[in-house]
Amino acid sequence: MDAVGPLSDDGLIGLLSHTGERTEHDFFSPYAADLTPERLREFYRTMSLTRAFDNEATSLQRQGELGLWVPALGQEGAQVGSGAVVRGNDYVFPSYREHAVALQRGVDLPQMLTIFRGLKHGAWNPADHNFHLYTLVIGAHTLHATGYAMGMDRDGLVASGDPARDGAVITYFGDGATAQGDVNEALVFASVYNAPVVFFCQNNQFAISEPTTRQARVPLAERGKGVGIPSVRVDGNDVIASYAVTNWAMQYARSGAGPVFIEAFTYRMGAHTTSDDPTRYRTKADEEYWAERDPIARLVTYLTSIDELPEEFVAEVAAEGKDLARRTREEVRSWEPGPSVGMFDHVYAAPHATVEAERAWFERYERSFVESY
Amino acid sequence: MAGETMTLAGAINAGLRAAMERDPKVLLMGEDIGALGGVFRVTDGLHKDFGGDRVMDTPLAESGIVGTAIGLALRGYRPVVEIQFDGFIFPAYDQITTSLSKLHARSGGTLTVPVVVRVPYAGGIGAIEHHSESPEALFAHTAGLRVCTPATPQDGFDMIQQAIASPDPVLFFEPKARYWDKGEVGRERVARQLAEPDGALLATAEMGHARVAREGADVTLVAYGPTVRLALQAASVAEQDGVSAEVIDLRSLSPLDSDAVVHSAKKTGRVVVIHEAPTAYGAGAEISARVSEQAFFHLHAPVLRVGGFHAQYPGAKYEHDYLPNIDRVLDAVDRVIAH
Repeated sequence: MDAVGPLSDDGLIGLLSHTGERTEHDFFSPYAADLTPERLREFYRTMSLTRAFDNEATSLQRQGELGLWVPALGQEGAQVGSGAVVRGNDYVFPSYREHAVALQRGVDLPQMLTIFRGLKHGAWNPADHNFHLYTLVIGAHTLHATGYAMGMDRDGLVASGDPARDGAVITYFGDGATAQGDVNEALVFASVYNAPVVFFCQNNQFAISEPTTRQARVPLAERGKGVGIPSVRVDGNDVIASYAVTNWAMQYARSGAGPVFIEAFTYRMGAHTTSDDPTRYRTKADEEYWAERDPIARLVTYLTSIDELPEEFVAEVAAEGKDLARRTREEVRSWEPGPSVGMFDHVYAAPHATVEAERAWFERYERSFVESY
Repeated sequence: MAGETMTLAGAINAGLRAAMERDPKVLLMGEDIGALGGVFRVTDGLHKDFGGDRVMDTPLAESGIVGTAIGLALRGYRPVVEIQFDGFIFPAYDQITTSLSKLHARSGGTLTVPVVVRVPYAGGIGAIEHHSESPEALFAHTAGLRVCTPATPQDGFDMIQQAIASPDPVLFFEPKARYWDKGEVGRERVARQLAEPDGALLATAEMGHARVAREGADVTLVAYGPTVRLALQAASVAEQDGVSAEVIDLRSLSPLDSDAVVHSAKKTGRVVVIHEAPTAYGAGAEISARVSEQAFFHLHAPVLRVGGFHAQYPGAKYEHDYLPNIDRVLDAVDRVIAH
């Protein structure tokens, strides 16, 4: 651990140690008070299903069924803890690795792979899930999230007097994104307009190969403080603390108090994508150190220690994970591309002469092959 | 119906006001557009009448302005963003080309992002560096964006309202040197159009059509935005030499009204395209290609382009030689007539 820089564990909020012991925090413990064993088992289930799907998607890429895959391996704690807070009128702007949050928002995970098989750029209707499309342009969506939050504020969905009706936005991004201008501009806009948006930075310690020390010389949460946004560092591999901190932050934003910056300190246990090779830039020892801090394993240890993880439940979840993997495999292999002329369908919302002319040309061109048979 | 006399800036102001009165979801965003009324005063008085919630002074960050406008549009608002000067649009270029232009397509048509980006552009006002540029072709080259530019107060009034009504993102380029040109403006026609059940689609379609600004028989001058007046002046001078020039005001670069240009090219057999942007890879190159593809056997001469050079926009004391002027337009007319 780096004692002072962006890799230090200075000030990390934790409620579940990496050896699986519950700890308390004066301020944040009450925000986890509603986490009954039943809800924690649900966290375990969501994290496990995400990992089963994730591993299957990696296999499918290796088998040539997907062009690329972006594993979330190791980040399930930060994602499930924060995603579990989202409710009602809340809205999520993910980057492209928030598969666990997608699952929580009801996105059909196998369908997500239409993106990675090269069939679509967006695989769900955001309005159905209050979960925006994945954005591959690093940090660009944090501005969309801020604008959306400004809109929710205008629409009376913040500090409405009815806490059940109040909503806020949460946007996910990584350590690399904190160097982007867009993220910094999003922080400025959110700050001066007091927008109800929670910036959830998963510091997984790598932007592909570059360590977080190449993006910052201070803990990333300092970025929020610099523009007057309350900022918290949390152990992102601690699903309970991730929940508690996000629960507080979303309540704060929904109440009209303004934006919050959360840095969830975690570790990308897998590759950046299936095209990446982490052995070129990190050590086995580092990976082993973080394997001991696996967010799923520590929750299992804790639930087992309090006798709240029956073997039957574990078996059920394992079976469900296998089912999900099988369904994923079958669906992915069954997908064939539709007609290429579909590329002209949604270039614009209203007719556009150039698109119509090119579509007509393309159709004539394709017909010319059919007619020559 | 008798119109009112307005400047182009005043007409756009009146168009913005009408759009804001028509639809409470219309918001204006930009730097200094509030109490100051914008550096060109195009939003003059709107802050006073509609308040800071609808005429929003923003932080000085163009990417942030367009990016948050996208978020507001996703929430159902219709943001109209002012980029203060052409040369300062580039911090927002990423948001415009990678997010704004693509969101409708990448959502499979489920999302629309009706953001209008207003850009005072082009030169001729003796400005300092970065304040006189013509980057329109960069945006016309990008699928998903509409790009239009009014040359008259009537078009300024109509087209800003049509752009706001359009379900697609629109880059709205305003020829700043023409802001103070006056003309007659009728308010009723566009109001009637937008009141139709399919008004937004009618408006979007009309915005994409060119206009014959002057009829002629011997040569077609294709212009838009700041060069329409120049083309009309050149046509008047050419007439004295016995050359009848037709002037097409494109009004829109995306879509480009090929039919209007090709129709005129077939009639005259000679085409000169005039814009302030550099000719290399500019709109004139696209127009020239379309004319050669669709009217090749009607042409008496190659299509010529009169425009800026492949050089950084020069200091104000030199811009008269960088920009197309009447002598260069008439020189091009002479050359196509000589064929």
